[in-house]
Amino acid sequence: MLKQIEGSKAVAEAVALCRPEVICAYPISPQTHIVEGLGEMVKSGELAPCEFINVESEFAAMSVAIGASAAGARAYTATASQGLLFMAEAVFNAAGMGLPIVMTVANRAIGAPINIWNDHTDSMSQRDCGWIQLFAETNQEALDLHIQAFRLAEELSLPVMVCMDGFILTHAYERVDMPTQAQVDAFLPPFQPRQVLDPQEPVSMGAMVGPEAFTEVRYLAHVKQMQALDLIPGWAAEFRQAFGRDSGGLVHAYRTEDADTVVVALGSVLGTIKDTVDALRDKGHKFGVLGITCFRPWPTVAIREALAGAKRVIVLEKAFGVGLGGIVSSNVRTTSNAADSVFTVIAGLGGRPITRDSLARVFLEVEAGTAPALTFLDLNRAAVDRALARERESRRSGPIAEALLKDIGLVTAQLR
Amino acid sequence: MSFQPVKFYQTGTFTVGNRLLPDNERSVQSTVRRTNSLNSGHRACQGCGEALGARYAIDAAMEVTNGQLIAANATGCLEVFSTPYPETSWQIPWVHSLFGNTAAVATGIAAALRVKGRSETRVVAQGGDGGTTDIGFGCLSGMFERNDDVLYICYDNGGYMNTGVQRSSATPPAARTATTAAVGPTPGNPFGQGKDLPAIAMAHNIPYVATATVSELRDLEAKVRRAMEFRGARYLHILVPCPLGWGHDSSLTIRMARLAHESGIFPVFEAENGEVTGVSKIRRQVPVEEYLKPQKRYAHLFAPRPREDVIRRIQEAADRNIRRYRLLEEA
Amino acid sequence: MRKPFAITLDPGSSLANHTGSWRTLRPEYLDRLPPCNNACPAGENIQAWLFHAESGDYEAAWRSLAQDNPMPAVMGRVCYHPCEGACNRAHLDSSVGINSVEHFLGDEALKRGWKFDPPAPPTGRKVLVVGAGPSGLSAAYHLARLGHAVEIHEAGPMAGGMMRFGIPKYRLPREVLDGEVQRILDLGVVLKVNAKVDDVMATMKAGGFDAVFLAVGAHIAKRAYIPANEAAKIMDAVQVLRGMEGESKPLLGRRVVVYGGGNTAIDVARTARRLGAEEAMIVYRRTREKMPAHDFEVQDALEEGVLIKWLSTIKEAGEGAITVEKMALDEKGVPQPTGEFEKLEADSVVLALGQDVDLSLLDRVPGMRIEGGVVEVGPNMMTSQPGIFAGGDMVPAERTVTVAIGHGKKAARHIDAWLRGEAHDPGPKHELATFDKLNTWYYSDASKTVRPMLDLQKRVTSFDEVVMALDETTALFEARRCLSCGNCFECDNCYGVCPDNAVVKLGPGNRFRFNYDYCKGCGVCAAECPCGAIRMVPEQI
Ligand SMILES: Cc1cc2nc3c(=O)[nH]c(=O)nc-3n(C[C@H](O)[C@H](O)[C@H](O)COP(=O)(O)OP(=O)(O)OC[C@H]3O[C@@H](n4cnc5c(N)ncnc54)[C@H](O)[C@@H]3O)c2cc1C
Ligand SMILES: Cc1ncc(C[n+]2csc(CCOP(=O)(O)OP(=O)(O)O)c2C)c(N)n1
Ligand code: SF4
Ligand code: SF4
Ligand code: SF4
Ligand SMILES: [Mg+2]
Repeated sequence: MLKQIEGSKAVAEAVALCRPEVICAYPISPQTHIVEGLGEMVKSGELAPCEFINVESEFAAMSVAIGASAAGARAYTATASQGLLFMAEAVFNAAGMGLPIVMTVANRAIGAPINIWNDHTDSMSQRDCGWIQLFAETNQEALDLHIQAFRLAEELSLPVMVCMDGFILTHAYERVDMPTQAQVDAFLPPFQPRQVLDPQEPVSMGAMVGPEAFTEVRYLAHVKQMQALDLIPGWAAEFRQAFGRDSGGLVHAYRTEDADTVVVALGSVLGTIKDTVDALRDKGHKFGVLGITCFRPWPTVAIREALAGAKRVIVLEKAFGVGLGGIVSSNVRTTSNAADSVFTVIAGLGGRPITRDSLARVFLEVEAGTAPALTFLDLNRAAVDRALARERESRRSGPIAEALLKDIGLVTAQLR
Repeated sequence: MSFQPVKFYQTGTFTVGNRLLPDNERSVQSTVRRTNSLNSGHRACQGCGEALGARYAIDAAMEVTNGQLIAANATGCLEVFSTPYPETSWQIPWVHSLFGNTAAVATGIAAALRVKGRSETRVVAQGGDGGTTDIGFGCLSGMFERNDDVLYICYDNGGYMNTGVQRSSATPPAARTATTAAVGPTPGNPFGQGKDLPAIAMAHNIPYVATATVSELRDLEAKVRRAMEFRGARYLHILVPCPLGWGHDSSLTIRMARLAHESGIFPVFEAENGEVTGVSKIRRQVPVEEYLKPQKRYAHLFAPRPREDVIRRIQEAADRNIRRYRLLEEA
Repeated sequence: MRKPFAITLDPGSSLANHTGSWRTLRPEYLDRLPPCNNACPAGENIQAWLFHAESGDYEAAWRSLAQDNPMPAVMGRVCYHPCEGACNRAHLDSSVGINSVEHFLGDEALKRGWKFDPPAPPTGRKVLVVGAGPSGLSAAYHLARLGHAVEIHEAGPMAGGMMRFGIPKYRLPREVLDGEVQRILDLGVVLKVNAKVDDVMATMKAGGFDAVFLAVGAHIAKRAYIPANEAAKIMDAVQVLRGMEGESKPLLGRRVVVYGGGNTAIDVARTARRLGAEEAMIVYRRTREKMPAHDFEVQDALEEGVLIKWLSTIKEAGEGAITVEKMALDEKGVPQPTGEFEKLEADSVVLALGQDVDLSLLDRVPGMRIEGGVVEVGPNMMTSQPGIFAGGDMVPAERTVTVAIGHGKKAARHIDAWLRGEAHDPGPKHELATFDKLNTWYYSDASKTVRPMLDLQKRVTSFDEVVMALDETTALFEARRCLSCGNCFECDNCYGVCPDNAVVKLGPGNRFRFNYDYCKGCGVCAAECPCGAIRMVPEQI
C-alpha cells in the first residue's frame, strides 16, 4: 500500500509487521520517532503480543534485548550516536553471543562537540563489533531492509544493524510502499532460536573462554558473518519477487559498466551522487556510482567486480578515522585493484549539506588528477587557518615551542 | 524470623536439617532432591561464601518454582568460577552477558517469557556487590523502578574480588582492599562512604526487599520463598564472606557471616512495599572485635598499635543498626 | 539446540573437574566419646539412647540403654548421675536431665511390658553368681544374654541387695525393683534365695560351675565406740533399714539421732520422720561442704524437717539423752575437739558409719588377695583366683548401685571371654568430645525440666515416692536438649554448608560420606558441625 509518511514512521510500521516481541525504547534524536511509533502501536494493542519497555539507558536497551533474545523472543531496539556508544559494550556482547537482535541506527554525529545531525560516525565506530551492518539509501529501502534484517539475523543467529541517515531519511516525508502483513509473514518465518534459555533444556550461555579457544570463537564468528554474503543476493531476488521492487542486496551499481571513475558511497547521499553523475555524464564524463548496502560483512567480491573497470575510485564518506582518513576508503583499498587511485572525500559531517555543485567540483578535480588523496568537502579553509593561527598564538610559550609549531606541517606530514 | 515455630528439636531451625522435623518443614539444602544448581567442580576458592550463597538461593528458588527458573549472572567471581570453557557448573538455564547489565538482561528474559505466555517460568538475576551497587546500579534501579518481574540477588562480599580485591561501594569502613591500602593515618576504606543498597531498593517501593547471610540458611530460604510469592521487582542482598578478600581461614566462612549478624554489623531483615516487616534478632550478641579480628583486612586495627578509636566507630555503626532495626530482643 | 562453540555449555559439565586435588586438609567423620558416656559407671551409651528418645522412639531408646544396664527404672531413681556432672550442656545452660529421661524410659518399659531381646544360643557353660544385689543381677543379665546358664545364690529372702534392704521405698518403690528383677529372671536366670554361700569353692564344685561372679556387697555395719549405759537404745543403719522390709517396723521413738554424714544417714533420718519421729537429727563431725551425702539429698532431708548438727561428735549415750562435743576445723580442715559439750534429748541413736564386707565365703580359697577388707580384682574383674570374679561393694571402688551394675557388666564380658579361653578387648576409647569441639551456636536455648516432687505433707507422712517421673512431653523435651556430643545426629549441616557439594547424604540412620573427588578441604563442614563429629587431618601428599 502506498503511503506518504515520515521515514521513522515507515520504519516503525515495517518493524511492527515483523512481529517483534520485545522492543526496548530510549529516546535520542533522530531515532526517537521510530520507538515512539512502535510504543503507540503496542499501547493501542495494534502490535501484540509485544513487550514495549521504557529502559533507563541505551546500555539497558541493548541488554534487555540480549535477555529477551536469549530467552527466545524476537527483539528490537533503535538508537543513534551517543546512544550507540553508550551501549557499545552490550553491542559487542550481543554479537559475541550470536543473538539475532535487529537494531536501527539513525545515523548521527558523535560529540564532542555534541551535534544532533547526520553523519556515519556512530555506525562506523561499531563496524568491527560483529554485527551485520546494512545501509539504507531511501526510506523505502530502510523499511524493506528491516524485514530482510530479521530474516537474516535469525537465519545466521547474528545481530543486524540497519543504518539510515538521521533526519535526511528518518524525518523525511516520502511516499513508500508498505507491504501487507501477509506479505511479510510469507517472507519472514516465525523466530526459531538457535539457542534458548529454557528450563526444559538448560544450557549456560556466555561462558568465559580462554586463549585455548578464543581464536576459534572469533574465527567462527567471522565465518558466520561471511555467510551473509551468500544469502543476501538470493534473498534480494526473492524479495523482488515477493514485493515487486529492488531492495537490499550487497551493493547497487549505477552506470558503472563503462565508467572511468566510480564514486562509492553509503546511504541517502547516493541519490545526490547519482544526480551529479547523471549531469556529469551528460557532459561526457564517464562517472559511475557504487552504493554499498551491506557494509558488514564487507562484500569484497561484489565490490571488486563493480570496480574492475574503473581507473579511479572516489569514496565519499560521512565519517572518518581521525589521524588516518577515510574508513570506507580503507576497506575499498583492500579490495580494489587500483588501490593507489582511491580518493577519499569526507562529506556531510555533523549534518553539513552535500550539494551537487560541490560534488561535481571535487569529482572533476579527481578526474583531472588535481585532487589530493583526502579531501574535506566544502571545508572552510579560512576558518580553519584562523583557528590554527590563534592556537599558535596562545600556545606560544617560548622559542622551542615556537620552532616546533612552525614545523607543524612538516611534523604532520612525517606522521602520515 | 518466624518462618518456623521453634520446637526445641535440639537445634530448632538453626541447623541445615533436622531429622526430627517433618519433611515439609525441612530446608531445601537438607534434602537429597535439592538441585545443586551450582554443581561440584566449580573453581571457587576453598570455603567461598559466594558459591555457597548462590547454591542456597538458587536451589531454594528452584524448589519454589518447580525447576522453572532462568538466571542471568553478572561478571564476577561467581560467573568466572562457574563457567570457564569447557565446563559449567550450572544445572539451570543461565546466561552471562556483562558486568553491569544483569538486571536489564533479566528484564529482557522476563519480557520474553511474558510475551510468550510462559509466566510460570521465573527469572533471577545475580551478581556481586560491585556488579550490583556500582556498575550495575543504573540497570538495577531501572529494573526496580519498572517493577519488572525479576528477583535480583546480590552476593555481597564487600569488594571487587574477582579482579583482586578492590574497593566497591559495599566495602565496609576501615577494611583494607587493594585500592584502600592499610597505610597512612586513616588506613583502609574511609568512613562515611558507601551505599546502603537494601535501603535504596526499599526506596523504590518494590514489593520485596530482604537481606540474609550464609549463616542462617533457613532464613535465607524463607526469604527466597517469600520473594517468589510476589510478582514484580524483588531484591535479596546476601552477605557472603570471601576467605581470600577478607583474609580469614577458609573454614570460618559461615562463622564470619554469623558474627557479622550477631555483632549488628550486618542487619538481617525483610521489607515489603518499602516497609520493614521482620528482623532476624541477634541471638548471642558479640562485640565487633570478635568479627573483625579473624580477618586480615582489619589486621591494621590490632597491630602494630591497637586502633580502639576505629573499632569504636565500627561498634557505633553496629549499635546504630541494632537500634534502627531493633535487632535485640526487647526485654 | 545448535549451541555455539565454547560460548554455550552443557549443564553440570564441571563434574569433569575434580577439585579434590586442591586439598591439603581432609575432613573425616569420627565418633568422639561424649563426656556423659565417659562418666557413666555403668558404661551406658547415653548419647546413643537419647538419640532414639529424641525421635520419640522410646522402645528403641530403652533397648539401646538396656544393652548396658538392665535396670533403667531403678537407675532413673537411685543413680547419682555423674553423667550429668560431666554433661557438656552444663556449659550452655544446665546439664541434660539424663537421669530423668532414664527414669521415664524405665517406667515406660515396665508400663508397656517390654522384654529384653532373647539371649544368644546356649553356650553350655554354667556360671554361678553369689549375691542378688545390683552387681550380681547385672552380671547374671549379661551372662544370660551371652547364652550362659546362670544361677544366682542369694543369702537373703529376696533379690535386690541394698536396693531392697538399704534404699528406702520412698526413693525406690518395690514394685519397680521387683519388675526389673523379674525381667532379668525371665531371661532364664535361676535365682536361689535363702541360699547363703559359705564356701565358694564347694558351691562351685557341687553345682558344676565353670566360673563365678561374687557380689556379696558390704553388709556388716561399722561401729564406733560410744560409752553408753544399758538403757541407751543404739542401733545401726543397715539394721534399721532392713527392718523396714519386715513385718514389724523398727521402734525408734519420738526423738531420733543419726550419727554419720553419708547418704545412709540421710535415708535413716528421713525414714525416721516418716515413721513418726517428731525430731530426727543427724549428728556429723564436719561441715555441710565436707559431708559425703549428696547435696540434693541433704536438701530433701532439710525440707522434710530433718535437723543436722554440724561439727559435733557423740561423746556419750544415756537413757533418753546423749552428749555431743563441739568440733572445730583446723587449718587442714580436720575436725578437732573443742571441749565444749552439749546434751541432746534422744530416744534412740542410729549409727550410720558405713559397712564392711563379710568375706567368710572366701576363707577356703587359697591365695585370695584381700586388701583393706575388700577383694582385689584386676582390670578384668577377676580375683587372684582364676575363674573367680568379683564386683560391687566388695571390691575397691565407689559404692554405688551404678558402679555395681557396671562391674557386673564388665565382669560378665570378661567371664564370657575367659570361658572361651580368650581375653575381652573393649577396644581403645574414642577421644573425648570436649566442649571446645562443639559449635554450640546451633543449639536452641532450652532450660532444664525438673521432675515433679511429692508435696511436703505427704512426704513426711507416707512412704510414697518423692521424686516423680517426667511425662512424655517433658521427657521428650529433655531428651532433645542433648547436644549429641561427638556423634553425628544427622543435622545435615555438613551436607548443607559444603560450598562444593562434596558431602553425600546416605539417608536416615546412615549418616554421610565425603566425596573426595570434589572436597577442597576448606574445613567449613568441620567448623560448622554442631557436635564435633568431623575432624580435619593433613592430606598425605
Ligand atoms: C541406705 C543405703 C542407701 C543407698 N543409696 C544409694 C543410692 O541412692 N544410689 C546408689 O547408687 N547407691 C546407694 N547405696 C549403695 C548401693 O546400694 C550399693 O553400693 C550397692 O547396692 C552394692 O551392690 P552389690 O551388688 O555389690 O551389693 P548389695 O547390694 O549389697 O548386694 C549383695 C547381695 O549379696 C547377698 N549376700 C551377701 N553375702 C552372701 C553370701 N555369702 N551368699 C549369698 N548371698 C550373699 C546379700 O544378701 C545381698 O542381697 C546405698 C546404700 C545404702 C546402704
Ligand atoms: C565493564 C567492566 N568493568 C570491569 C570489569 C572487570 N571486572 C570483572 S569482575 C570484577 C569484579 C567483580 O566484583 P563483584 O561484582 O563484587 O563480584 P565478586 O567478584 O566480588 O564476586 C571486575 C571489576 C568488567 N568485566 N567489565
Ligand atoms: S575471591 Fe572470594 S568470592 Fe571470589 S571465588 Fe574466591 S572466595 Fe569466592
Ligand atoms: S549433651 Fe548429650 S551427649 Fe553431650 S554430655 Fe550431655 S547428655 Fe551427653
Ligand atoms: S565443606 Fe566441603 S569442601 Fe570443605 S572440607 Fe568439608 S567436604 Fe570438603
Ligand atoms: Mg564482590
